[in-house]
Amino acid sequence: MLWSVLSAFALALCAPWLVRLRPAESGWILALLPAALSLYFFGQITSVALGVPVVESTPWVAQFGIYLSFYLDGLSLLFALLITGVGALIVVYAGSYLAGDAQLGRFYLYLISFMGAMLGLVLAGNLITLFIFWELTSISSYFLIGFRHREEASRAAALQALLVTAGGGLALMAAFVLIGIAGGSFELSVLLQQGDLLFAHPLYGAIVILVLLGCFTKSAQVPFHFWLPSAMQAPTPVSAYLHSVTMVKAGVYLLARLSPVLGGSALWQWSLLSAGALTMLLGAAMALGQTDLKRILAYTTVNALGTLVFLLGIGTETAIHAAIVFLLVHSLYKGALFLIAGIVDHETGTRDIRRLGGLVTRMPLIAALASLAALSMAGIPPLVGFIGKETIYHAVLEAPVAASFLIVLAVLANIFLVVAAAMMTIKPFFGTAASDLDAHGGHGVSAAIAAGPFLLAAAGLLVGLFPALVDARLLTPAAEAIFAQATIVKLALWHGINAPLVLSALTLAAGFVLYSRGAFLARAAQWGGRLAPWGPDRWYRASVSALLAGARAQTRVLQHGYLSLYIFVAFAVVILLGAIPFWLQGLPPLAVWTEQVQFFELIIALLILAAAAAAIRSPSRLGAIVSMGVIGYGIALIFIEFGAPDLAMTQFIIETITVILFVLVIYRLPSYVELSSRSSRIRDALVATAGGVLMTVFVLAALGAGTESRLIDFFAEETYPAARGRDIVNVILVDFRAMDTLGEIAVLGLAGAGVVALLRIRPGKSASRRKS
Amino acid sequence: MRQSLILATATRYLMPMLLLLSVFLFLRGHYLPGGGFIGGLVAAATFSLHAFAYGVKRTRQILRLHPRTYVGLGLLLALGSGLVSLTTGDPFLTGQWEALQFGALGDFDLGTPLLFDLGVYLVVIGATLAILLELEGG
Repeated sequence: MLWSVLSAFALALCAPWLVRLRPAESGWILALLPAALSLYFFGQITSVALGVPVVESTPWVAQFGIYLSFYLDGLSLLFALLITGVGALIVVYAGSYLAGDAQLGRFYLYLISFMGAMLGLVLAGNLITLFIFWELTSISSYFLIGFRHREEASRAAALQALLVTAGGGLALMAAFVLIGIAGGSFELSVLLQQGDLLFAHPLYGAIVILVLLGCFTKSAQVPFHFWLPSAMQAPTPVSAYLHSVTMVKAGVYLLARLSPVLGGSALWQWSLLSAGALTMLLGAAMALGQTDLKRILAYTTVNALGTLVFLLGIGTETAIHAAIVFLLVHSLYKGALFLIAGIVDHETGTRDIRRLGGLVTRMPLIAALASLAALSMAGIPPLVGFIGKETIYHAVLEAPVAASFLIVLAVLANIFLVVAAAMMTIKPFFGTAASDLDAHGGHGVSAAIAAGPFLLAAAGLLVGLFPALVDARLLTPAAEAIFAQATIVKLALWHGINAPLVLSALTLAAGFVLYSRGAFLARAAQWGGRLAPWGPDRWYRASVSALLAGARAQTRVLQHGYLSLYIFVAFAVVILLGAIPFWLQGLPPLAVWTEQVQFFELIIALLILAAAAAAIRSPSRLGAIVSMGVIGYGIALIFIEFGAPDLAMTQFIIETITVILFVLVIYRLPSYVELSSRSSRIRDALVATAGGVLMTVFVLAALGAGTESRLIDFFAEETYPAARGRDIVNVILVDFRAMDTLGEIAVLGLAGAGVVALLRIRPGKSASRRKS
Repeated sequence: MRQSLILATATRYLMPMLLLLSVFLFLRGHYLPGGGFIGGLVAAATFSLHAFAYGVKRTRQILRLHPRTYVGLGLLLALGSGLVSLTTGDPFLTGQWEALQFGALGDFDLGTPLLFDLGVYLVVIGATLAILLELEGG
């Protein structure tokens, strides 16, 4: 399984190159891998259906319990099939949808990387591995939403999606670490065996809340749902693939995956039930206020994600069956409808349902496919959507808590779904078009672009007619993985006349009545428009702009642009921090000077003092700098005197180069215009004196502490045997502490690049930059 | 900057010696005070002397590569020298040594720390000169 994930990433890297080589056929060629992978996973159905998960493991950071493990059971298999199967269709579709786009190669790079990441996510058998793939899907989603990166709206939507999902990702990481602590392992195969252990652990509450934060942001549950409609800025194949069939279901996947480990408590059940029900109802209701095909689809996707979480929250055997069935049902019809929305957009240049009309004459095949998918969405027999809705009603009616209340919510949400399905198909395909709609344009619907919707819509019909194709072999193992007990999913189109059937009929009737009353839809749109500015989107915007305003404010305070003040602040902070330990703990024993001071040492000291005085008093910059150089050379002489030749050598050269640097800078500066004021001189003198005193105390304290360090002996003994060197300082630099040196030279290189970049900003250039 | 004949002539004689000193300091590191950092600084100072005497343009010519290329090469070399140890299963940056015999010339050890130090040497030259030459006039 590792290779199946790696092969996707490898293909992603080759994609831009392949697109350049064969732009026309690249979609078909690139789709070969996902198609082959879906065949591979198809071949695994039989062995997984036996109930034994396939486990693979490669050590990664074994000392921390992190393995590249993969775990294939019914649940992962269902997702893997959706990812690779729909993935192949999307890749083919995108080749035609974005044909001629200069960025097609880049698009495939992101899309196929996403496929690899998503596949890794559902196959991962280790929580840390899962987390990494989880974050990779967020990042590739960011690139794909922002694909049209020249447009402001795309960039904003991409950033919003990233901030929300990656923010949830942080919570998830914390959750996984806590699970690792509480459960003693990151391995799913281990954790799934010990559900009760976590349940009784004191960290359980924190774990559940953090997991829910991660899953609810990723799967767009209220109040985090707002990023998903914004994400419709992405090209349509992306919306179809990431934002309806796969990535947004990652949260649902993880909730399902962890259900046997964390599920069963009141906290878990009520959180999922309430968030899911709210999302289910709000998503469906808000869809009715939209006029853009893709935004209607986005809100109904929010509804579907809510429904899945809601069903997992009910958590009974039938609810889990319903969740699995609905997962498949939704992927089939929603994938098809998204791709059809893309075709409509492509052919007419608009996705506004108020303008679209009469498309059936222009694209009869697409109209038929759209009708099939919409019928499935509305839950009309014999499509699979009908079975999906029946199982949902069945499960809700059997819910252990508040069944009569929940069934009202479910029926209401489904009535809205019927209306949304009608809105998207009846008028655009069979109604009358707005007079200004471009009636001739369009490129004709190619096979590549029709293949996806055709196969998805046809599958919806086929599975509806013959549910036995999937229930025992595909859906039963998936349900068993969530339920953690033997269970059998048995689907049928006809169950006899029972409560779900009556509710279904009621739903359809109510839906059509609402749809046929145009006034209702107009009012819904009005309400949608009125409520939109008050959604959580507003809070997101407010918090982002507050963050930016905070950053600007503190930058204004800290980055004032006065060099002398920067130095003042830096020194003052160092002095304060350095003095705190002495203040808190009193002075350590200081060394007492006992040796006779030599005559030339005295001379050097006097030289340094005189040079320091000269530097302060000098009326010119050059004079001050030369005096500073004298101080440096004086210190180097002291180093020689006390037997530190390498320090002295470095000091001499650094001092020389510093003086050269200063001279070069001063060459460009005017001479002193005004000298600093008396008060700032006193302030500087105080800081300088404090710095000098503190440094002296440091040195005396260090000498007074004695030299009982074992390091000296270690280096003296080990330098030759361990590192074959004789100069301790050098050996420390290039061998014992080479990692530090590597970091330091990297910083040095970066600092050089930074200084050069700063020097290149000439006043004229920077002004023009700031304007743009 | 106006060229000074005395400085130009002096530089012509000083440069080879200073560069030799730089290489000497670099090579004797590990056994005696010296090493890549000091050696690199001496070389950088030497090139800035050249720039004073002959102008930045000529200095950039004799350097052949842009200073930032030296930084990149140095970092790659230091990183690469650390990777050698991975082939023998040691942790990153463990010194790997090969004893070389040169008969009458004596023996010496050649190891990855020397490569690492060469990386330091190049980064120091590159970063210092990048700043100095930019300051001295483009």
